[in-house]
Amino acid sequence: MKSIILKTASNYLLPLLLLFAVFILLRGHYKPGGGFVGGLIASIAFVLHSFANGLQNTRKLLRYPPGAFIPVGLAISLLSGLAPMLIGKPFMSGEWLSVQVPIIGLIGTPLFFDIGVFFVVIGVTLTILFTISESIL
Amino acid sequence: MIDRYIILPIIAQMFTAVLLIFFWRKVVVQRIISVLGSLVVLVLSIGLFSKTWHWGYLVMQAGNWKAPFGITFVSDAFSSTMVLLTGFSGLAVSMYSTVGISRQRIQYGFFPIFHFLLLGLNGAFLAGDIFNLYVWFEVIIISSFVLMTLGGKKPQVEGGIKYVTLNLLASVMFLTAIAILYGLTGSLNMADLSLKMATIHNKGLIGVTGLLFFIGFGIKSAVFPLYFWLPSSYHTPPSAIAAIFGGLLTKVGIYALIRVYTLIFIPDTFTKNIFLIIASLTLLTGAFGALTKRNMRMMFSYLIVCHIGYLLGGLGMYTTLALAGTIFYLIHDIIVKTTLFLVSGLIYKIRGTMNMDELGGLYEDYPKLSLLMAIVFFSLVGIPPLSGFWPKIYLFRETFTTHSWYLLVAMILASLLTLYVIAKMWGDVFWKKKPAIEKSTDDFAAMNWRSKFMLVAPIALLVFISLYIGFCAERINVLSERIANDLLHPKPYIEAVMGPKEIISPQSN
Amino acid sequence: MELLLLILVGVLYATGIFMMLRRSMVKLLIGLILLGNGANMLIFLLGGITRGKPPIIGDADKVLTGIYADPVPQSLILTAIVISFGLQSFAIVLLKRVHALIQTDDLNDLNTPDTSI
Repeated sequence: MKSIILKTASNYLLPLLLLFAVFILLRGHYKPGGGFVGGLIASIAFVLHSFANGLQNTRKLLRYPPGAFIPVGLAISLLSGLAPMLIGKPFMSGEWLSVQVPIIGLIGTPLFFDIGVFFVVIGVTLTILFTISESIL
Repeated sequence: MIDRYIILPIIAQMFTAVLLIFFWRKVVVQRIISVLGSLVVLVLSIGLFSKTWHWGYLVMQAGNWKAPFGITFVSDAFSSTMVLLTGFSGLAVSMYSTVGISRQRIQYGFFPIFHFLLLGLNGAFLAGDIFNLYVWFEVIIISSFVLMTLGGKKPQVEGGIKYVTLNLLASVMFLTAIAILYGLTGSLNMADLSLKMATIHNKGLIGVTGLLFFIGFGIKSAVFPLYFWLPSSYHTPPSAIAAIFGGLLTKVGIYALIRVYTLIFIPDTFTKNIFLIIASLTLLTGAFGALTKRNMRMMFSYLIVCHIGYLLGGLGMYTTLALAGTIFYLIHDIIVKTTLFLVSGLIYKIRGTMNMDELGGLYEDYPKLSLLMAIVFFSLVGIPPLSGFWPKIYLFRETFTTHSWYLLVAMILASLLTLYVIAKMWGDVFWKKKPAIEKSTDDFAAMNWRSKFMLVAPIALLVFISLYIGFCAERINVLSERIANDLLHPKPYIEAVMGPKEIISPQSN
Repeated sequence: MELLLLILVGVLYATGIFMMLRRSMVKLLIGLILLGNGANMLIFLLGGITRGKPPIIGDADKVLTGIYADPVPQSLILTAIVISFGLQSFAIVLLKRVHALIQTDDLNDLNTPDTSI
């Protein structure tokens, strides 16, 4: 799509949307939001960028093929599920550190699970959308 | 007993799959990881089975959320047996795939998806929550979709469309049934549902919901009017994939059906009659379908449909012994059907075709291999000391006690037709003189000994298990009777999941 | 409201099945999507529709207070939507591939696996 407005806007929107995605990811445990929605917003940011600047440029921006996010995310989620088993709790128990970190809030296994989900969603959505839109061109 | 050992086969399988994605393009590494991973899962499954056998029921509440609220994993004798069988089939197919699946398909990601499929199967067998069961089913079908169409040519994707469409329809049915169930009871935990079902007065609606489940699982397990997708798709992918599909995918439908119809719904006479009629028709259509085909793998596909009839018939009779027969048959069928498709792949490697008109003379060229294959064929038919014989005794005897005569007729006919089909196949493929075709390459003879070993060893392993089932039938008898007893008396299952105090109105049979 | 949703669910199921029975591959896809949405609406309907707050515990409270909507059907629908998203995109890619291979939209031309003996 050759539109100067969209092109300029998407350059500013990409970091803003990514920041918003991380915000949604972090507030997700007790409030509406979470890894899934955050991942969707992040992938929408990249899709918007690809609309404005072409798919090749977005791929270049990402550096890795989007499919590479999937195993990383899966591994993070799996490990966060396994972590409580090390201290003798059942699989996928929510274990929290007692110290509150500024901005992020409490850190615990559900947060890492959500981060894993976040990456898987980005990977899956971008792979699907890129594959479909590439074969159209 | 609360135990987190349950989750280990699932985690090990998932870990293998994730590790495999990291080595996406590295074919040799993927082969090694896959076999090692399957081996570890098998060891863990054996551990799970022996633990479950000892304790009776193992329960794990994911994240420590108590029973009706959290996601529950339950391992009773039935599920741990299925996990064990999945472990054996998984190892065999994984070994076979190292040689049997082309380099190109492995680069497209065959192994990770194969392990996701096994992950879904293990999860489905251990799920104690009906919606969780649905999610595992989706894991299974989406990986099977990919495997079905992976790197496919025309017939493979054409078969794939039918497979995808009907399986999606089946999951919509399943989801619809879950929705109604949730609307009725407000619960999704199977043990909790079992308790709450007894308090609902609208018996008609319960029956209809049960039949919706039956349609959903029926499509997946290919029973009579819903089986058309199976023979038109199962012969198109490579043999290793067809082996895991033929061995386990239809059986997971039957597993879910047995689970739902013993724990949540108790079939009334009407439902039992539907089961019996559909079982008879499934037996007949499968057997006659196999009769009309000349392509070996298509015949095997129809035989899968045919033998689902025995399983459904056993459930339809709904006595302890009939269920024990069903379980025994299920154990035998998983092993034998997996082996059959592996054997068909081996024959394809040797002769380059599946058409019986172009095959022949295998006994002359490979006498030892032929004997190995003969064991598979004859245990499929149910020649006495082999594994297919014993469950049929149970099932035939129970048709007398429950007076289901048409099922008896269908079973006998199906057995005879299977015998005829297999005898004809044996004659055509092994004993007939090899027809003169201009170009016949023997890929198998050209392989080095290691590749040969990787193709033959899994078949030998499964044949050994099949022989064990046949010759140590009294042990499998004990196992299947215990499972049948557990299924018909679900009170300990419910107590194990919900904790003994929660029981308000125990359901008894 | 319930009646309206009930009719909507019925219409979605009926049109979904109808579309699946057409011979065109694209209509098959539309049918699958409609059926999936119908099932999701059914969960929403049967989960019980309450006029209440979303099931979120406020900062000051420890438990839910007042009338709130049942969160379970919502999470079920979310899961089902995610799953159908994956399945449908797979189906789209598959159909595109089939179309590229056989150059037709007609499902009746997909009989090679059946007619071979």
